[in-house]
Amino acid sequence: MAQTVAQPTATTPVVPAKLPLKAIAPWAVFFGILMLVLLYFVGAEQGATSVFNGTDVHEWVHDARHLLGFPCH
Amino acid sequence: MNSATVRNLLVRGMLAGLAAGVLALVVAYVLGEPNVDKAISFEEAHSHEHEMEVVSRSLQSTAGLATGVLVYGVAFGGIAALAFGFALGRVGRFGPRATALLLSGCALLAVYVVPFLKYPANPPSIGNPDTIGKRTTLYFLMMLLSVLLAVAVTILGKRLAPRLGTWWATVAAVVAFTVLIGLAYQFLPVVNEVPKAFPATLLWRFRLSALAIQTTLWAGYGLVFGELAERLLNPKPAAAANRRAVPAAR
Repeated sequence: MAQTVAQPTATTPVVPAKLPLKAIAPWAVFFGILMLVLLYFVGAEQGATSVFNGTDVHEWVHDARHLLGFPCH
Repeated sequence: MNSATVRNLLVRGMLAGLAAGVLALVVAYVLGEPNVDKAISFEEAHSHEHEMEVVSRSLQSTAGLATGVLVYGVAFGGIAALAFGFALGRVGRFGPRATALLLSGCALLAVYVVPFLKYPANPPSIGNPDTIGKRTTLYFLMMLLSVLLAVAVTILGKRLAPRLGTWWATVAAVVAFTVLIGLAYQFLPVVNEVPKAFPATLLWRFRLSALAIQTTLWAGYGLVFGELAERLLNPKPAAAANRRAVPAAR
């Protein structure tokens, strides 16, 4: 008898707790900018604009730039 | 639920991005590189200038490719983790894993596919070096526009949901996104610098491989980061399920 009783489903959908914006903001500002700088160096440095002279960065990530879809040269 | 949680998510996001980057790197090396090599052969056969090699081809196609793809994975992994922190509990009734996968799917579309449909990836020998500034600006503009519009229509959908219901609010948001992106496609300048003799099949294969790399990256990221986030935010789901099951068993 006992085994025929329907078991309640283990997980009822609950909305996960929100992370407060005040907790996210400082990380988003500092790391967001850092990540964008990294993307700039992979995607555009020594192409349209240059922080460093020469073409070393451009040539080093050349294949990645083409295959990741960035305009390369 | 505080700053430490966000830091933890960020670290996990960057690690998941690195893992997804490794998967994408395999696809890039196996599917992408042969097309890059063929395009370079075409370039050499049709160009009269002899370019000085700064970094050898064997380094560009291995260590150079790895640097680019992995840094790209880590960077987007970090950004997506921050976006996840914002989206969790705000976009709908999705747990951490589902939120992560949904976010990755949207990121693939907004960050890559939408800009790609207007300004697709190009192999070597396509593109006039004199227009690199314009093409780079347009590409990043398209990417920025697409991401901002995706965020905007998500907020729009949330606002409409109480009035229209979740289904029609989502449909309305997607339609708004499609129309606005369509307008951007229409009004942004066309770039077509494919040399006449460039093989069409090679161009098609190169672009397909570029799409495969991004799909691998974002799918891998969604699955790996989703699992890491689930374990952080919902620790020991089995124990919790047992606790709930005990009173029912009696």
